[in-house]
Amino acid sequence: MESLLSVRNLSVTFDVRKPGSWPWTPPRKLHAVSEVSFDLKPGECLGIVGESGSGKSTLARAIVGTIPSSDGNIMFEGHDLANMDPKQRRVHRRDVQMIFQDPLAALNPRMTVGEIIAEPLITHEPNTPRDEVKKRVRELMERVGLLPNLINRYPHEFSGGQCQRIGIARALILKPKLIICDEPVSALDVSVQAQVINLLMELQRDMGLSMIFIAHDLSVVKHISDRTLVLYLGRVMETADSRKLTTAPEHPYSQALIASVPIPDPVLERARPRPILEGELPSPLAPPSGCVFRTRCPKAQVSCAETKPALEDIGGNHLVACPFHEAEEVLAVNG
Amino acid sequence: MSLLEIEDLRVTFTTADGDVHAVNGLSLNIDKGETLAIVGESGSGKSQTAFAAMGLLAKNGQATGQARFDGQDLLAMNTRQLNKIRSKDMAMIFQDPMTSLNPYLRVSDQMAEVLMLHQGLSKSAAVTEAVRMLDAVRIPDARARITMFPHEFSGGMRQRIMIAMSLLCQPRLLIADEPTTALDVTVQAQIMQLLGDIRQDFGTAIILITHDLGIVAGFCDRTLVMYGGQIMEEGPTDDIFSDPSHPYTSGLLKAVPRLDKETAELATIAGEPPDMSRLPAGCPFSPRCAQVLDNCRAERPSLEVTPGRRRACHLPVKEVA
Amino acid sequence: MFPNRAAVEGVGDAMELAEVKGRSLWADARTRFFRNKAAVISLIMLIMVAGFALFGGVFAQYENDFVDFSLIGSNAYKGVPSVETGHYFGTDSNGRDLFARTVQGTGISLMVGVVGALVAVIVGTLYGATAGYYGGRVDGLMMRIVDVLMSIPFMFVLILMLVIFGRSIFMLFLGIGLISWLDMARIARGQTLTIKNKEFVEVAVATGVHPVKIILRHIVPNLLGIVIVYATLLVPNMIIFESFISFLGLGVQEPATSLGALINEGSRTMQFGYYWQIAYPLFFFVVTIFAFFFVGDGLRDALDPKDR
Repeated sequence: MESLLSVRNLSVTFDVRKPGSWPWTPPRKLHAVSEVSFDLKPGECLGIVGESGSGKSTLARAIVGTIPSSDGNIMFEGHDLANMDPKQRRVHRRDVQMIFQDPLAALNPRMTVGEIIAEPLITHEPNTPRDEVKKRVRELMERVGLLPNLINRYPHEFSGGQCQRIGIARALILKPKLIICDEPVSALDVSVQAQVINLLMELQRDMGLSMIFIAHDLSVVKHISDRTLVLYLGRVMETADSRKLTTAPEHPYSQALIASVPIPDPVLERARPRPILEGELPSPLAPPSGCVFRTRCPKAQVSCAETKPALEDIGGNHLVACPFHEAEEVLAVNG
Repeated sequence: MSLLEIEDLRVTFTTADGDVHAVNGLSLNIDKGETLAIVGESGSGKSQTAFAAMGLLAKNGQATGQARFDGQDLLAMNTRQLNKIRSKDMAMIFQDPMTSLNPYLRVSDQMAEVLMLHQGLSKSAAVTEAVRMLDAVRIPDARARITMFPHEFSGGMRQRIMIAMSLLCQPRLLIADEPTTALDVTVQAQIMQLLGDIRQDFGTAIILITHDLGIVAGFCDRTLVMYGGQIMEEGPTDDIFSDPSHPYTSGLLKAVPRLDKETAELATIAGEPPDMSRLPAGCPFSPRCAQVLDNCRAERPSLEVTPGRRRACHLPVKEVA
Repeated sequence: MFPNRAAVEGVGDAMELAEVKGRSLWADARTRFFRNKAAVISLIMLIMVAGFALFGGVFAQYENDFVDFSLIGSNAYKGVPSVETGHYFGTDSNGRDLFARTVQGTGISLMVGVVGALVAVIVGTLYGATAGYYGGRVDGLMMRIVDVLMSIPFMFVLILMLVIFGRSIFMLFLGIGLISWLDMARIARGQTLTIKNKEFVEVAVATGVHPVKIILRHIVPNLLGIVIVYATLLVPNMIIFESFISFLGLGVQEPATSLGALINEGSRTMQFGYYWQIAYPLFFFVVTIFAFFFVGDGLRDALDPKDR
């Protein structure tokens, strides 16, 4: 099937100036995202996992277009979003919507819920009659599990989970083709997370949406997404079918990540091997040469410092960026 | 005798919009060298319980009941007595280490100050001891890095420094309030392993306050589940996870996606966490409970004690789904 | 399509199906403001002072520029405040009715303050929000202009302007309008910098909302709390500023007057026992200034961003 979104060699760099430096000294480059490529089919859900500083949010914002990309292409239905002038781009924004981490911060505290949800519609279809706008807002509120009679309330009168539903309704009102969720449940209470996850999955299925789901919690990503992409320091380490990635990860980083995820089962937890990853993420201002993961990698060789490992297809649409990859079962999966 | 024994603790905050009852009649105890998990969502009162025991409640908060550490009532103590016990016998670490590290002081000065004050060490002896403690929490190159400022360390390293500081006077009880919530999973695994080693090496009793059932499973002997400022159930961790005796616990366990299992759809708990200023008359969980009975809404269930376990639910144990 | 049942049940317990009116943050702030007694009393005082300035003329027995020749030279005993003569506040040293003059002076002073604050709110907020939102070079250029204007010794320039172009109320308003927005622009810009990094602004950008609409719909309403507080505190400063200019004898042109000018005149005759000539204008001046400060204080507490 034809891809809805295909990202090719996307890089995002930020200029970082030392405080107090002269205006003419060249700024240092921070490579937040480097040469990321992936495809997304219509109706598919791609999960992106990575620790803080892995560039996952930057990647999302580059696709949505709130951060300019510095290199590469973002092909959306045959149009290159990355190299479009702002006016053209504004037209395409209706097809790609985003859901944010902090549900309350993503809602303007001075606007009513109705105004918030209607804003994208009014922006892109300014001639819609007011009755029609209101009707669609109410329908959508009901769809995401909010009582439509709360249309005139303000965000601060809602709890976190409800605010996230408002954010979802706003993202859906234009019937977009792609939704990007940036950590949509990590700020919510455990008992509310499941509600929002179920709602997202249900909407994705019913409306045939494509979805990019970003989270640091691998369990959630695995549950919701068809494919998973593992980012480390702005680079793709591994991408595979979600089930395959969690059961038989090939990249040492994916393996370490899975081993670190705690499982709510005391017996299993005690029995699990725990190869704990030493150290922390290196500074993205001075990434290690060669493979960016080599400083923490248990399998690092001398050659890792010299060449950047390319993403290698090992069959079954499973790509790994490590020449020494081997499948390792870090977790017994049943059910 | 228990190390810490809390009985009928109530914490109330006076606010402009009325009184907020954060903790309502909570009892617990922890023995020497034991690890107890207090699990709950936001507003369950789990942190306020710890703050009350440490005498760290906000100014508008009032704690009643009893909290005995080694037989001494913490709630009746004045600030000076509390300070003494807080530094020597019980210590607390927080979610955000920067709240307890002074950004304008070098780590060496902050750590040495504690030792000089409470153990009367000289400055150089105190610094040596501090370096030893930083080594113990596995901060690489501790001798050189001890003179750095807190902001020069990464999040995980700061949490390690916090732990090292809290261990300086070798407390018998360590209260860890969401110690890894702000950290990445790989760093979380490091910190949890460190806490495990500390328990082993120093015999420190640990109260782990968290919302994450995963880290509880691998770490704690006993688990106490709180909701709406009350105990829902308590018991050995293995039992709580393998056969929960409260609909809230069982709902919570089914609501988290698991890496080791394939579930088509997550079970959900309807509704939202409670508003602590307007708790229902009966069981605080009753508005959300899938197995609610008629008397749940009117009558608060009392704690039912069986060997090793406690639960507060009108529903018979066998019927909990 | 069925609504997500579990969630609706959770929120729906006590809600009827009629549309519920929301409580905006403004409504919350209003409740908090009206709980503050000092602020409410001050607000009532302000309303009374404004009423005095607007409708006091109705009760005045004389025009503010009418010289009561019968009193000239006998101010000390005939010009005292009295109901009989109709000079409720007495007369000034020229025999003009002080009541009428105080009414008129209060009006001018309030107007100066309010115009200054209005210019500050409108120009300053939009200017600051625009600079802050666009950031980068636009911000740099716009804020340097503010810096340059601020570095001009303002009092000196205004006095020069009044001397060269003649004393007129228009000149005074122009001068006050020119400076009052500078501080406001800085405040608005600083606030905008924090607001524009909030996620709801990013959402609007991602949706494709036009930048002008983003500033007007998302940034300015969230600035307004601070802007209003600052504007309320700016009004008394403007009144004091005008009084100072008038005290120097450069403000409002005779026969029109302002509180500052009246106080100036009163201070000269105070030593001769004509205490009322300074007491009445000073009373209105002090009450107005205090009331504005208390109201501003109350507003700050009510709109405190910490509570949001």
